[in-house]
Amino acid sequence: MTATSDRDQLDALVARAHDNRVNLDFETEGMTLNIGPQHPATHGTLRIVARLDGEEVVSAEPVPGYMHRGYEKLTEVRSYPQINTLINRIDWLGSFANEVPFILAAEKLMGVEAPPRAQFIRTILFEMSRIANISLFIGDYGLQLGGMTAGFYAFRDREHVLNQIEAATGGRFHPNFDRIGGLKDDLPKGWIADTHAAMDKLLAFCDEMDALLMGNEIFQSRTRGIGVIPADIALSYGLSGANLRASGVDWDIRRDACPPGMAYDEVDWTVWTHPDGDCYGRTWVRLQETREAAKIVKQLLDKIPGGPVMAKVPRIIKVPEGEAYVETENPLGAMGYYVVSKGDLVPFRVKIRSASFNNISVLPWVARGAYVPDLVSILGSLYFILGDIDR
Amino acid sequence: MGLVESGKLPKTLSKLLNISRKYSIWAYQWGLACCAIEMGAAFASPRYDVMRLGVIPFPASPRQADLVVIAGTVTDKLSPAVVRLYEQMPDPKYVISMGSCANCGGPYWDSYSVTKGVDQLIPVDVYVPGCPPRPEALLEGIVLLQERIAHEDMAERWKGEPIVVG
Amino acid sequence: MSPLSSADTTTDAPAEDDVEVEVEVDERRQAILDELTSRLGDGVVDSHIRPGDDLWVRVERPRWRDTGAELKAMGFAFFDFLSAIDWMPSPYGRDMDAQEDRVVAGEAPPDPAPVEQGYAGGDTRFQVIAHVIDVERSLGVHLKVDLLDDELSVDTWSDLYLGANWHEREAMEMFGITFLGHPNPVKLYLPHDFQGFPLRKDFPLLARRVRPWPGIVDVEPMPGSDSDDGEDE
Repeated sequence: MTATSDRDQLDALVARAHDNRVNLDFETEGMTLNIGPQHPATHGTLRIVARLDGEEVVSAEPVPGYMHRGYEKLTEVRSYPQINTLINRIDWLGSFANEVPFILAAEKLMGVEAPPRAQFIRTILFEMSRIANISLFIGDYGLQLGGMTAGFYAFRDREHVLNQIEAATGGRFHPNFDRIGGLKDDLPKGWIADTHAAMDKLLAFCDEMDALLMGNEIFQSRTRGIGVIPADIALSYGLSGANLRASGVDWDIRRDACPPGMAYDEVDWTVWTHPDGDCYGRTWVRLQETREAAKIVKQLLDKIPGGPVMAKVPRIIKVPEGEAYVETENPLGAMGYYVVSKGDLVPFRVKIRSASFNNISVLPWVARGAYVPDLVSILGSLYFILGDIDR
Repeated sequence: MGLVESGKLPKTLSKLLNISRKYSIWAYQWGLACCAIEMGAAFASPRYDVMRLGVIPFPASPRQADLVVIAGTVTDKLSPAVVRLYEQMPDPKYVISMGSCANCGGPYWDSYSVTKGVDQLIPVDVYVPGCPPRPEALLEGIVLLQERIAHEDMAERWKGEPIVVG
Repeated sequence: MSPLSSADTTTDAPAEDDVEVEVEVDERRQAILDELTSRLGDGVVDSHIRPGDDLWVRVERPRWRDTGAELKAMGFAFFDFLSAIDWMPSPYGRDMDAQEDRVVAGEAPPDPAPVEQGYAGGDTRFQVIAHVIDVERSLGVHLKVDLLDDELSVDTWSDLYLGANWHEREAMEMFGITFLGHPNPVKLYLPHDFQGFPLRKDFPLLARRVRPWPGIVDVEPMPGSDSDDGEDE
């Protein structure tokens, strides 16, 4: 089949297909399938214009922008604490993790260091948001592939983590708890013991997912060998997080390039990689990461020092002039904020480097030659949040 | 059907009709952003179970749905899809706007790409405020909608005039 | 607790707090800068190193593509982001108080503030900035390049770093920059009939023009108690 010869036709089609009134009668051979923007298998409003040849995907072009809220423009008219409220909503499953790189960048420019207790609690909440995020991913991945039980288990067990986050911060997600110079409040009484119990339940959940999902024959046949991304392509596209580690690249920002303000030096944990680079590898790495996160939280809980949770910062925050870039290992990948400040209440420019943006840009490359059901597998395993792609 | 439209339905029968309608809602969730997760927690998690109210989630398509819960930010790029979805639903249909983004634009009130409230596109019956509203808040919104359905005048509804809000 | 410098502590001097007397030398980043300068020659216009933290390099516009190729050859294989910065201060004011918004009420607009660039200098209003990382050494480099005011264009990196494809599309639609040689220069985020370039400083946010921000107001006091808005502590 001359599947790849009419590239120009496809370009014209994609160029015109930016509103969803695509004319499906245009095709002479092959079919254009419009997946989305509302679809159970896309985590939100992502639209994929897939050009099919029978059941095989010739090209799959994602069209983002249906959740584009204009974050970078909005940060230019909001003060730093207001931006903190807003950026919670970029990766809306593991929300605390979004605040951290921005706060660290602002702290770097101001030359403030959060007190040790705040650093520990910040890291604990960061890892807990990772657990909240990835446990839903694993459950949802099972749901997309047809194993609905995993989805329900994930929602149920996630509630334990959300309970703890809510007890400490007041919000199930969108906690808005991090402040430049520390945290908003101290932990409530009895939180540490309850969180230990919650982490034990999460470790049991990971074992359950292992048994239920990862060993399942159908799951394996739908994910092994599907969507293989070699390491050099992964680096070139800027894939990060579990996607990169599943392709064999051993890079974890927490271990290799951790910005100051977090307490990762105090803990012992393993970074997992997988040599295959397929969907199964990515899911496997994420499951291990969830376990490691639970273990990190348990170690940190035993070591929290006493002291204040907030350094001395002025009440109205004016960040001195300068530029700073801080990237952290967020649940979805590497998320960074490039903050340009001119000494005002309001930053001059904030560039948000979101992990899913790069993660999804690899889709045209990896979907060539895949089948339509594999497209769902690949999308699920790359794992993105629409707010993270579209900002 | 002619009985209902012309308003000649006896009161007890219309009450019965309303009660049975309010306890058999098939709710389509148009989960866009963060509110979708809370909506998922309300609809699918065993803790905030919505099925005890008689509302069943996850219909196969909007053409089989009675209620649509718009949860999350509506952008200008997505607006044609929202309107089209609403038009696909058969009458009688209800809309719950969940979260501040869908109510009024929310935290993105000044953005260049966000529609300031889904009621600019489609008529809304119940607004559930919050960012994100807790699953219990969504359940209260559904209960409010059920009360509204229970007191609804079917003749008014079937005449074909859409309920215009504001 | 955790040191103020990044994870490697082999060659960097201690915390930045006591930098008044000695000039810290970040040897690893200096080595990268030297290697890049030797490869590009006078393509490197300016640079800035924040010791223990980061490296910024500004290059000449015709050498932008060569910069990408040289960096890739030096081992910087991870593409982080590519975007642009508009250095013109916003004519609508960037302060939170209502003084800038009095223009709406009919006062004369304030004098335009001067255009000042940031690290590694700059001569023009728009700059493209890119960040690439070497995962073996865990070091990153920020690259900046000036764009001519009357011709906002620069070469594309999308065949060197595949991830640059989408980043350049976003910069194109947000700033109006042309990336010469880009294979698919269509809008990424915005609807196809969107007019204007949103991230430019002279693109107004109309909701704020219509109703100006009332300035920093204290939280409404609780009935019968003090009204302090205690955010921290």
